[in-house]
Amino acid sequence: MSATAISRPATKTARLSDIPVFPIAVLVFITLVAIFADFLAPHDPQFGNLAERFRPPFWIAGGSIDHALGTDHLGRDVMSRLIFGARVSLVVGFTAVIFAGVVGTALGILSGYLGGWVDQVVMRIVDTWLALPALTFAIFLAAIVGPSEMNIVIILGAVYWTRYARIVRGEVLSLKEREFVRLAIVAGCSKLTIMRRHILPNVINSAIVLASLMLGVVIVAEASLSFLGVGVPPPKPAWGVMLSDGKQGLMVGYWWLTVMPGIAIALLVLSANLLGDWLRVKLDPQLRQL
Amino acid sequence: MKQYILRRLGYSVLSLVLLSLTIFLFIRLTGDPATLLTEPGASADDIQAVRHKLGLDRPIWEQYAWFVFSLLRGDLGDSFYYQTPVLELYMSRLPNSLTLAVAAMGFSLVLGIPSGILASVRVGKFWDNVGKIFALLGLSVPSFLVGLLMILFFSVYLQWLPSSGTGGISHLLMPAFALGWYFAAAHMRMTRSSMLEVLGSEYVKLARLKGLPESIVIAKHAFKNALIPVLTLAGINLIQMINVAVVVETVFAWPGIGRLLYEGVSFRDFPVVQGIVILGGAMIVVTNLLVDIVYAMIDPRIRMEN
Repeated sequence: MSATAISRPATKTARLSDIPVFPIAVLVFITLVAIFADFLAPHDPQFGNLAERFRPPFWIAGGSIDHALGTDHLGRDVMSRLIFGARVSLVVGFTAVIFAGVVGTALGILSGYLGGWVDQVVMRIVDTWLALPALTFAIFLAAIVGPSEMNIVIILGAVYWTRYARIVRGEVLSLKEREFVRLAIVAGCSKLTIMRRHILPNVINSAIVLASLMLGVVIVAEASLSFLGVGVPPPKPAWGVMLSDGKQGLMVGYWWLTVMPGIAIALLVLSANLLGDWLRVKLDPQLRQL
Repeated sequence: MKQYILRRLGYSVLSLVLLSLTIFLFIRLTGDPATLLTEPGASADDIQAVRHKLGLDRPIWEQYAWFVFSLLRGDLGDSFYYQTPVLELYMSRLPNSLTLAVAAMGFSLVLGIPSGILASVRVGKFWDNVGKIFALLGLSVPSFLVGLLMILFFSVYLQWLPSSGTGGISHLLMPAFALGWYFAAAHMRMTRSSMLEVLGSEYVKLARLKGLPESIVIAKHAFKNALIPVLTLAGINLIQMINVAVVVETVFAWPGIGRLLYEGVSFRDFPVVQGIVILGGAMIVVTNLLVDIVYAMIDPRIRMEN
């Protein structure tokens, strides 16, 4: 990132026709489903009737409208598990992205503004952690702390904060040279005040854009960890766990156990990425090259 | 030049030290590493023995020195499950991982480069949009999902391809595609933006002014120059592929390093998990170093910097 101050073109206000309807609609829908899961789910997501295992979706012979999307190997209702799974994906996804964002942005600002040994220490740690393959690193951490929803959030935060730190630091380096920061120094503002009042508001755009781009990454990471058995612990209905369970039925043709959670994950991640891309172009021209 | 390489080398060594320190501290973060490094269900005496072997009763910097010393000797501990040294296990699986990575890389380049060129030549037109959708799907649909859906389609319904294991080319096709799609998308985007940059340059304008046919301008003047960043990315991604293949290898029961990692986690075989993280990180640090050095050799501007 260049150290010269680039005068940023005034952010264009979004025209109504520009707003990406599809991803927003999907995200709002999944969020509502997650919030009202208790009312929407027709069955208990964690308990099933073994007599009704491997029922196909309702439009196939043998299926019934009672289990509209079929049942799994324990006779649990797939639709109810999908509905509650939305909650797991969104809660873990959002909290992990925010956690990583807060830590990464704070350290990025400190590192960029203070410079010197703080910068050296933080950036060397960032370089090192970025070299660790993300998923492998997450699996390693999960093996140490054990699986739980809370731990997944902490693990994903620990793995992904480095992305924010690097980008925010780059922005801070160029902001530091700008007139308004220099004036603030001359006016006698303390370092803390400058970072909080003058630097933070100017990097928050980039942090938000990055957060929206990271949301998809983090949701896939959670699903992958759950799929591998080191994510959300099994009785809980996470989509990754559903895919992992569904793998047993795949070879005998119980396709709905794979396809249903698969569609859910793909739709959610696709929407998050579409929205992230749009925000990137709209909010932050500097990040277009990312 | 020499100075530049020495400084890069210094950074890399520092990175490796920090890497070992990170792993070392994380293992101690949750309390007693002896419980992680003894087999599940071991007796109190066994735990005590491991504690002594790791020197957990000694000061922490001595423990770290011992940890680094073991790493330098290539001693990553023994697998509980296989009862063999972790390094040996890793090396025995590496060829399979490389095979998969090379095949996936082949897929990703064959798909990514031509579609990237096409998109850059037809910006905003039909093929550009097709490419964008292809890339977006590749970046959004998780590789294990691609794998599972392919098994469903090609193995269960059509029965064309085997769903798991190793063997001939037929075993390789699905995992390579599932792993390669994401990277194809990345390579496509890189090709596109790199081509666009080159197509706007002075020498391409000159080539056009000379009256050369557009196909030659694109193939000879633009493409050759646009290829360098793409190939750099591909080189780095080859190493990434070995390290992110864990889900794909699990889906297809492909006996590579990713599958070893999955086994390590499933069997609570902690030394295996630890070894794979350390070797994966070290591999990437070394690759980054090599890329930097090669770049400096090609491009004098880089080594004059700083």
